[in-house]
Amino acid sequence: MSNLRVAVEFSSGAELLFDGCKKKELLLPIADENDVWTLKRLIQWLKDTMLTEKPELFVDGDRLRPGILVLVNDVDWELMGELEYQLQSDDKILFISTLHGG
Amino acid sequence: MPATCGRCVERRAVTKRPKTGDALCKECFFECFELEVHETITKCELFKRGQKVAIAASGGKDSTVLAYIMKTLNDRYDYGLDLVLLSIDEGIAGYRDDSLESVKRNELNYGLSLKILSYKDLYGWSMDEIVKKVGLKNNCTFCGVFRRQALDRGAALLNADVIVTGHNADDIAETILMNILRGDINRLQRSTSIVTGNGDDQSTIPRCKPFKYTYEKEIVMYAYFKKLDYFSTECTYSPNSYRGHVRTYLKDIESIRPSAILDIIYSGETLAIKEGVKLPVQGVCSRCGYISSQNICKACVMLEGLNKGLPKLGIGKSSKVKIIKPFTCRKNKCSCEEISKEAANTNKVT
Repeated sequence: MSNLRVAVEFSSGAELLFDGCKKKELLLPIADENDVWTLKRLIQWLKDTMLTEKPELFVDGDRLRPGILVLVNDVDWELMGELEYQLQSDDKILFISTLHGG
Repeated sequence: MPATCGRCVERRAVTKRPKTGDALCKECFFECFELEVHETITKCELFKRGQKVAIAASGGKDSTVLAYIMKTLNDRYDYGLDLVLLSIDEGIAGYRDDSLESVKRNELNYGLSLKILSYKDLYGWSMDEIVKKVGLKNNCTFCGVFRRQALDRGAALLNADVIVTGHNADDIAETILMNILRGDINRLQRSTSIVTGNGDDQSTIPRCKPFKYTYEKEIVMYAYFKKLDYFSTECTYSPNSYRGHVRTYLKDIESIRPSAILDIIYSGETLAIKEGVKLPVQGVCSRCGYISSQNICKACVMLEGLNKGLPKLGIGKSSKVKIIKPFTCRKNKCSCEEISKEAANTNKVT
């Protein structure tokens, strides 16, 4: 059993769903070498363990709520396979909400 | 690994454009984004050289990017515009006071002068005080009506020729859908125009939306990659839920078909109104002189309601306005005249 280290960041209002948390380093448990963390799995994990309010503003079923932008190491997740992207060690995942007031 | 930029075919792509599906690198994205706003400004002839332009600045993402891009384009293409920031302080503790701090940083960073006008100064009531009176049901209506006029008043104080707002393509598509759902043909027409209030009568300061064709996603991406400093939070009072539903709906559609946003705008622009459909004529309020399709504008009616302890006045059908209309009384010199004078004075900008 080992861990996968990634950093998650929340901005532009997304942090309000996570008790004001703007940045956090996570150690995600990996059972064996076939155990992969996709963004889909991370999003569910964040919802289950870190989210403090309004889950409907973060997830919609098993996908991310449309209107939240995701950047994987500063690259638009739409270029990275979105939910299916497999997290790598030391990845930085940023969630930017566009659902909050401008 | 992410794709290579489809434009320079050299650097690593960082974002996918919702408009076209193109993958672009940071530099090409900045160029395309700026060029498209510049094209909107020039093609739609939004400004004339020498004009004073008031940038409606809330401290949020849209107006922060707007202020930055107006400054950048004005310098780069020599528009010859005099740019100023104009902010409205609704008087909502913990919300607007924080966002105004971000506007103040823009003032310093972009070297633009800033004018802040408060509801309290303009109307004698802050939003926090209004909420105490009206509760949390219709407070957003008050806020919206007062804000519209407040920007006009602020721009007049600054002697501005044009007001620019940060409304983006998503906002406009949202408004078009809302007006369709409400059957509001009059607003439907106005909501699609890139410039409003530019009638021949010169009674109002024109407003324009340089981001009319700019996706919200790209504004957020631009702000992020440029590291622009903006403020984001939900207003402490409950958000406008009607718009909220439409917004959710639109975001859902956009996730399936990104062009939907521009398609809705196109539909709104090209909808023709059947001949013979009566549209209200825009005039001016007989009390305060600001633009209104009624004899007395909504802001004056609402203000009178607040001052008289009848906060429900002005909420709902505009026909109720007649209840307070003092004009038949004026001829008879009844006390109504005093009331309207009082209201006019309260509304006056000092």
